[in-house]
Amino acid sequence: MLLTVDRLEKSYGDGAQRQRVLDGVSLTLAAGESLAITGESGSGKSTLLHLIGLLDTPDAGDIALNGEAISALDEAGRAARRRDTVGLVFQQFNLVPSLTVAGNLALQARLAGKHDPAWIDTLATRLGLSGFLTRYPEQLSGGQQQRVAVGRALAARPTLLLADEPTGNLDEATSADVLELMLELCRDAGTALVMATHSASAADQLSRRAHLTRGRLS
Amino acid sequence: MIRITTLFLIALTLHAAPAAGQGFAGLGTEVAGFATPQPAPQFDFPADHGAHPDYRIEWWYLTAVLEDADGTPYGAQWTLFRSALEPSDQQGWSSPQLWMGHAAVTTPSAHYHAERLARGGLGVAGVDAEPFQAYIDEWSMRSARERLPATADSLAALDLSARGDGFSYTLALDANGPLVFHGADGFSVKSAGGQASYYYSQPFYSVSGMLDLPGGEVAVTGQAWLDREYSSQPLSETQLGWDWVSFHLDSGEKLMGFQLRQSDGSVYTSASWITPEGQLTAFEDGQLNMTALETTEVAGRQVPVRWRVELPARGVDVEIAAVNRQSWMPTLFSYWEGPVSISGSHGGRGYLEMTGYGE
Amino acid sequence: MTTTALIALLSHWRRKPGQLATLIIGLGLATALWTSVQAINAEARASYDEASATLGGGSVLVLTARDGRIPLSRWALLRRDGWAASPIIEGEYAIDGARFLLRGVEPLSGLGNGTAIPEDQAIGLAFLTAPGVLLAAPETAELLRAAPESARSSLPPVRVSAAVPRGEIITDIAVAARLLERGDTVDRILVDTRERTGRTPLTELVPALERNTGSANGEVAQLTGSFHLNLTAFGFLSFAVGLFIVYAAIGLAFEQRRATLRTLRALGTPVSSIIAALIIEALALALLAGAIGVILGYVVASALLPGVAATLRGLYGASVAGELAIRPQWWLSGFAIAVLGALAATALSIRRAATLPLLAAAQPRAWAMASARRFVQQAIAALVLLAVAALIPHFFSGIIAGFAMLAALLFGAALILPPALALALRLIQRLARGPIAEWFLADTRQQLPGLSLALMALMLALATNIGVGTMVSSFRLTFEGWLDQRLAAELYVTTRDETQSAQVHEWLEPRTEAVLPIWSAESEIAGRSGEVFGVVDHATYRDNWPLLIATDTAWDEVAAGNGILVNEQAWRSLGLALGDPVRLGTQPSMTLVGVYTDYGNPNAQAIIGLDALLTRYDSEVSRLRYGLRLPPGDTPALAQALRAEFDLPANGVIDQAQVKAFSMSVFERTFAVTAALNVLTLSVAAFAMFASLATLASMRLPQLAPVWALGLSRASLARLELIRAGVLALMTWLIALPTGLLLAWVLLAVVNVEAFGWRLPIHLFPLDWLILAVLAILAAFIAALLPARALIKRPPREFLQIFAQER
Repeated sequence: MLLTVDRLEKSYGDGAQRQRVLDGVSLTLAAGESLAITGESGSGKSTLLHLIGLLDTPDAGDIALNGEAISALDEAGRAARRRDTVGLVFQQFNLVPSLTVAGNLALQARLAGKHDPAWIDTLATRLGLSGFLTRYPEQLSGGQQQRVAVGRALAARPTLLLADEPTGNLDEATSADVLELMLELCRDAGTALVMATHSASAADQLSRRAHLTRGRLS
Repeated sequence: MIRITTLFLIALTLHAAPAAGQGFAGLGTEVAGFATPQPAPQFDFPADHGAHPDYRIEWWYLTAVLEDADGTPYGAQWTLFRSALEPSDQQGWSSPQLWMGHAAVTTPSAHYHAERLARGGLGVAGVDAEPFQAYIDEWSMRSARERLPATADSLAALDLSARGDGFSYTLALDANGPLVFHGADGFSVKSAGGQASYYYSQPFYSVSGMLDLPGGEVAVTGQAWLDREYSSQPLSETQLGWDWVSFHLDSGEKLMGFQLRQSDGSVYTSASWITPEGQLTAFEDGQLNMTALETTEVAGRQVPVRWRVELPARGVDVEIAAVNRQSWMPTLFSYWEGPVSISGSHGGRGYLEMTGYGE
Repeated sequence: MTTTALIALLSHWRRKPGQLATLIIGLGLATALWTSVQAINAEARASYDEASATLGGGSVLVLTARDGRIPLSRWALLRRDGWAASPIIEGEYAIDGARFLLRGVEPLSGLGNGTAIPEDQAIGLAFLTAPGVLLAAPETAELLRAAPESARSSLPPVRVSAAVPRGEIITDIAVAARLLERGDTVDRILVDTRERTGRTPLTELVPALERNTGSANGEVAQLTGSFHLNLTAFGFLSFAVGLFIVYAAIGLAFEQRRATLRTLRALGTPVSSIIAALIIEALALALLAGAIGVILGYVVASALLPGVAATLRGLYGASVAGELAIRPQWWLSGFAIAVLGALAATALSIRRAATLPLLAAAQPRAWAMASARRFVQQAIAALVLLAVAALIPHFFSGIIAGFAMLAALLFGAALILPPALALALRLIQRLARGPIAEWFLADTRQQLPGLSLALMALMLALATNIGVGTMVSSFRLTFEGWLDQRLAAELYVTTRDETQSAQVHEWLEPRTEAVLPIWSAESEIAGRSGEVFGVVDHATYRDNWPLLIATDTAWDEVAAGNGILVNEQAWRSLGLALGDPVRLGTQPSMTLVGVYTDYGNPNAQAIIGLDALLTRYDSEVSRLRYGLRLPPGDTPALAQALRAEFDLPANGVIDQAQVKAFSMSVFERTFAVTAALNVLTLSVAAFAMFASLATLASMRLPQLAPVWALGLSRASLARLELIRAGVLALMTWLIALPTGLLLAWVLLAVVNVEAFGWRLPIHLFPLDWLILAVLAILAAFIAALLPARALIKRPPREFLQIFAQER
């Protein structure tokens, strides 16, 4: 199994303010599979993705990536997995504003030491970014920026792509484009995908679907 | 701070030709206004033992080969140079006469030296003819009149003293022979072009005295040689330096010889053979041969420290070797000056002076 | 990986070259000020060392004759005895009314510093041969060349040499002897006993000559030490101001790159790589800025050095070369301080990067909120520092303690500035009416953390300006008043020898209102080396002499030969009180009846009755000088008559005005460097302000956009930005004012007493403060102008984007 999530719990805040965001979430994902996590705002979608993406640590429960329990990893180990195994696409793109499109595309692959110019070329072509490589993020439209983010996440050939509302900041038509491209690329590269979304139509395009309500999967 | 070390040199090159080949220490440069030596000189002693301000350059040059009770060889040097910026003399600050004193003591393992500079006309440095006294600061070479008959030449007995960093000496010198005159009665030609100087010597001193060295006082005895020379341009412009020797041979005979090295690689030689009675025979260019046998590095340059010296006309074929190979005078214009031992056809001791190496 | 992170971080500068320039210029300027001060100090120290090396650290004896002239034969005698003796002829030489110090040296005697001629081989022969050469500083050479042909005809050609002090001419002794008509005498003989000694002791050889140890270099170092400490303190202050700029720039750069750093972390860059990248970046910036700073510092120091050299010579008689050598001690220290500064400024960024939460949203507000807590900590630290400053004088003394007190005071005041401003703004906010005023104040408060470092820099610069300005002006006022009192006599006469002195005295009696002998003897005063003067009982002293404290009958007791007056320096350093006995050399003690101010003199001095002086010191008394009282209008005629009647020394007759002018010129030079550094520091602070505002401007769009959307035009926004800068500068000035006055007080009452031995009354110059306030506001306006202009020019689209992108 590529990903095993076992009775995950996570709370935020202190004392009376304390709020349980995830309350015993379990799921599994095989290599190449795609899973949509739906739910309303505040249902814990992002938190779940952050935990799977090793950006945060759970209060209880565990996650295994490629059979390796991430609770056993220290900070450096988690950073290494983020670099090598996981790709992240955020709602707000999170591009480095001072790097060009080409620089952003190659960033994670370089960090992971897996820089493959031919693959990045392919990604740029397929994402329709070939004409924009020397531009800066602020000179791109939202859809173009998100395509750069998708390309950056896939450049290091991760086994798992995590997308947190990747189309949340985009209009409908652009959303469809970006989503289609992302799914296509994941399929071709054999990359598994976990995508948080509140859009049912987007979720429909993935192979599986799970719904989060108040920190529990259904 | 002004580089005093350049002053004397510059003074000597006052009228320097801009081109190369000015000879050692600018001695081979054109002169204007100064008197020039003429053939057949008539010396007037004791006046001519004193200074000749009309001539550009002049020296009182004494070298002594000495040994202590154990037979360890030593050398001592006492030199006063005079250099004139203009051919005149006057008292006070405006005197154009500059004086430079060099003193040294050479042992087989060490070479001590000192240098003093002064302007003339102030009583700090100068030469008085009668009573004879050459001096700069506390160094002096004075006639020891009390040891001489009234009629004797004032140079026939001298008291000599000098002092520098690490050494001082006082020596008593008594001549047992007459003054000798080089070249043609004291007119000594220095090149084929006719450059010449007045040149006479007192080579017959026997010496006794004390050397004060860092290791203590040393009583020494030996022989000494005084050169007197003055001129206004003793070198040709193409002459780069000289190798000069003075020999006190065991036979009682003396030999003075020099070769002037010229820029085309040839040499101009001159020699004087002096019998124990003071008869001098001058040998013109080409009769003396000096061949360097071995060089050694001294003060960063290669200097010959073993020579073969031949004067076939007198059956001389000797090899000379430096008592101390590092007898370097790192003075204003620097040169090699030190005692040598003599072996071969003749035995004896002498002094070697070499200039113009690796300037 | 570090490389990739570094490239990502550095790419920021390519997009924000202005910010990069700010950073580099700021660090460069700070380094430049520091380096220039270090370079000046290093040059001066090297000069002292060289002097003590050449002069043998006291191994050089200066031989002088009682009557001022040494026969040439004495020098010849010394050399003939084996002493390393070098003669000097020295005197005032007037050309077309301008007076110069002409010094003739004898290069062939090869003695050192006192006879220094600059190293220039080409001068060698020309120097010695007729007609000789006059070596002079460029300014002096200019004056000489401007003289009419007739005055110049007897002079040798002039060659410019920067190593010769202004107003001096160095030439061969033969030339000097001719021009000064010395005949066969010289003025001084230097004997280098380390080079060699002669055979006969000097006391036997030249018993008539007085022997003094050279210019006592240990003393010079000690005397000038306080001056250099002063400069160093200024250098530190300048650097601190510069450091604020760098700190601010690096801090803001960090804030701007927070998102990038977070993205890098999210993409799996380890913290260690990010820290390494930040450090490498800081080092690279430091080396670049350090190089610029060192070069700039060299330029500044080269410009200031001649003034410093003149000051040191004028004030302490210390000789310092007028040209700057490139010495490793100062350029290395320049680089070191640039690197240390950059690393210190980066340290906080590194700490923040290390603890940067991966998920928190980037919010400028958060930064502002966090700083509220920081303000409290800062205020506490400031109060501690101020308390330390207040306590130091109670427990420690000495110049180091003085400067420590200054440092604590200044940094305490700097630290308390942002919390104080925040507090003030909050109070004003309560009173504010109207939405724009409320928003304006709230927004100003929010901007405070970003601007606080620049404001602190401005505060330090303003406080320094007020403090040093007050000190210098107080000093000048006091000094001028003191000169007027002290120099009551109209003419001052110096004679050649005692015979002449007696003749002059006799000649003057019927021609003046009073002849006041200025006779003195060198003597220990309560164990300190100094000089004792004898005075006649005359109204000039009773009316004018500037007494700090005195008994009612002070002058009577002095006249009676029982009382003694000492100068302030001796009084303070000996801790004397009125009525205490003061021992003079080996003589019986006298009663202290008064203390007088004696600015500009580093040594102890005392005044007793003339008869007492003659009785006690007899043959040791120098009886060569007189002060003359006469109607001021008669002064020129008498001076001329005196010169005509007697063969007086070169500066034998000086009128009051000349002495005052000379004293004031020494004074002005002393503080010229201080003033220059002051201006430079203020400029650096203004630049800091500009840098911070410019950097902030680019981050402030999210705050401005909503207000703009609510109907405030870009022009009004820009206007408000200008007003804000002005208001902040004004408030900063308000805090700088008391700080500066405290600083002045510390300088005048603590540091000066330690450094010079005198305490000065403080004078206040409110007009100067107002001018400074205007300057500060002006500087703030200018600093805010560019960012405000950019705001006006900003296309509305960018404001709109804020709404599109704001998360």
